[in-house]
Amino acid sequence: MSNNANGLNLRFLRSWEGLLTLILVIVVLLNIRLSPFFLHGDNLINLFGVSIEKIIVALTMTFIIINGEIDLSVASVMGLAASFMAWLTDKGMAFPTALLFGLLIGLVCGLINGFLIAYLELPSLVVTLAGLIAYRGVARILLEDRSFTGIPPWYNDLGTQPFLGPLPLALVIFFVLFAVAIVVLHFSAFGRYVFVIGNNKDAARMSGVQVRRIKMMLFIASSLVAALAGLLYVSRLGAVRASIAEGFELDIITIVLLGGVSIFGGTGTLVGVGLSILLILSLRNGMSLAGVTGNTQNSIIGLILILSVLIPNLAQQANQTWKRREYVSRPKEQSITRESLP
Amino acid sequence: MSISSTPRRPALRLERLRELSLVIIIFAVLFFFGTQVESYFNPRFFRTVTTGVMIIVVVVVGETLVMLTRNIDLSVGSIVGFTAYVVGRMVADNNSLDPVILILLAIGLGALLGLINGLLVSYGRIPAIVVTLGTLALYRGILVEFSGAKSVTTATLPNWINELGQINLFSLGPLDFRVLIVPAIVVVILFQLVLSFLPYGRRLYAIGSNPEAARFAGMPARRIVMIAYVLCGALSGLAGFMFLARFGNLTVVAAQGLELQVVAAAVVGGVSTLGGSGTMIGALLGAVLIEVIGDSLIRLRISEFWKDASLGLFILLAVASDKVIVGRVRDLALRNRRRAEVIPSQVPPSPAVQEGSAHVQ
Repeated sequence: MSNNANGLNLRFLRSWEGLLTLILVIVVLLNIRLSPFFLHGDNLINLFGVSIEKIIVALTMTFIIINGEIDLSVASVMGLAASFMAWLTDKGMAFPTALLFGLLIGLVCGLINGFLIAYLELPSLVVTLAGLIAYRGVARILLEDRSFTGIPPWYNDLGTQPFLGPLPLALVIFFVLFAVAIVVLHFSAFGRYVFVIGNNKDAARMSGVQVRRIKMMLFIASSLVAALAGLLYVSRLGAVRASIAEGFELDIITIVLLGGVSIFGGTGTLVGVGLSILLILSLRNGMSLAGVTGNTQNSIIGLILILSVLIPNLAQQANQTWKRREYVSRPKEQSITRESLP
Repeated sequence: MSISSTPRRPALRLERLRELSLVIIIFAVLFFFGTQVESYFNPRFFRTVTTGVMIIVVVVVGETLVMLTRNIDLSVGSIVGFTAYVVGRMVADNNSLDPVILILLAIGLGALLGLINGLLVSYGRIPAIVVTLGTLALYRGILVEFSGAKSVTTATLPNWINELGQINLFSLGPLDFRVLIVPAIVVVILFQLVLSFLPYGRRLYAIGSNPEAARFAGMPARRIVMIAYVLCGALSGLAGFMFLARFGNLTVVAAQGLELQVVAAAVVGGVSTLGGSGTMIGALLGAVLIEVIGDSLIRLRISEFWKDASLGLFILLAVASDKVIVGRVRDLALRNRRRAEVIPSQVPPSPAVQEGSAHVQ
């Protein structure tokens, strides 16, 4: 795995987001051609509604990947939080308390992941892969193959009825979290540390950045938000099975990487991720309109995941070759190009 | 590990230590469940474990090749399912198909899918986790599309495939050895020999230990990684055929989630996700341990649902214990080296563990 792609410069990012916008416009136009109702408010809310849980988790995943790590366990944490809540309610606990415990188990998962990754310095890939298996396993132990349907109607309404104006609760939460995430990632010291660690962990530590604490906080946030998303998913579905939200990590990671966040860490913006959310949602919507089945949709998402890293890689390679050629033919102009870069 | 007068060859190398402790753990687990479950040691349990483990082992060997180079292949479950289903449909449509051709088809199809992974990872320079997470969904999606929601059933398969899973190679007392265990054993031994003695095998370790150094040393790193993926795909294809022979009835979700067991077996068997360390024997032992525990939990009659949770726990235990042990051994090696520096007449020892810093995980 070569590792020299961590220096995507700002100009390239800008054009990546430009490219995303262009593709988005094309997809939206195609959607409008497929159905005249695409741009209606109801359809747009519905568009967000069907994958709202994934895009909520994509926000924290952005932090994790910029930080140079990965969290494969999010979908299992979503499932575990939902199953734990269902199990407690089944055992006679009051529903709101059970919800709280659902969040709490997310916190516990985050603590486990964070401790193993930040303090024992185990690779996040293995730790969260083990988490992917283990948390889902615990959910299976709790619910076995039963289906829990004892969700109170008011909670179900939260997921299906408008909460604020025409917006359902999950969408409101998403917009709030999105605003918070933008401020934290792009306008706070914490956010700068996240980038710095993703760029060069050792340099960050030597400059006095609390690498461990920040990694720990990120993994706790990731699992906590995943648990919240899992509980919101329950409010929309109105039932819980142990297999709830299985396989969601693929979509979540795809959204983040398509948004221009480098898998090597250190680069990416939430604007890009926001664009890629819109793109993936419109794409799924368009594919559904065109009658493409769920599994084929998944394989197309998988393809996009690969392309979203392959294309920047190839572009960067081409860019370097071009620069080298330019340097060879006109060596004096190289300094000018470099100065004009931020 | 003892520090003797010849520090270059420690009495117990790290891999041996790992394998030895795995054997001890397997026996300890067997002993524990033997005291808990009535008539635990019976021929049927032996058969369950051996038939369960043989398919996983073939895939684990391929996965180990990839993981040695500091990469990972999460798409193996989809490759096994893909080849099992496609080959099953082929032979169902044309019962007279020659067995040898069929097996070669399975291996070739797997190798092709592995080649796609390998090209994207080594020449597309995309991180392995991204590529194989993508192809995990991609291959499965293509399979679903191709299948038209039909399934392969034993009734449509020729008899020789249905019987292949039941044929006894030989019996040792009451213990039956199925014929499908042969490819598993052959693959493990063959690739252990490759790792130990062929330049290609040694290069896998070199690349995984330090990719940059390997490249500077003039190794065709990309090609080596790509071949590892192709081999992993080919072995998954072979496992796909074995899957077909063992189960006969296949739907499009065949072997879904197998990749988790495979990675778990490799990690428990001491194959490092940071590349550069691990053996096929260790991977085999890891697969056996996981299978024994999984099957024993079912025998304990608590709930088969404990299997997954324990699997995750075992990966974590294996990685964490590795971290601790490897740390200790590295310290020892460092101390050893310092001692050698003080007495220059001694040959400086090579560190027992090649330290690799992970950037990408």
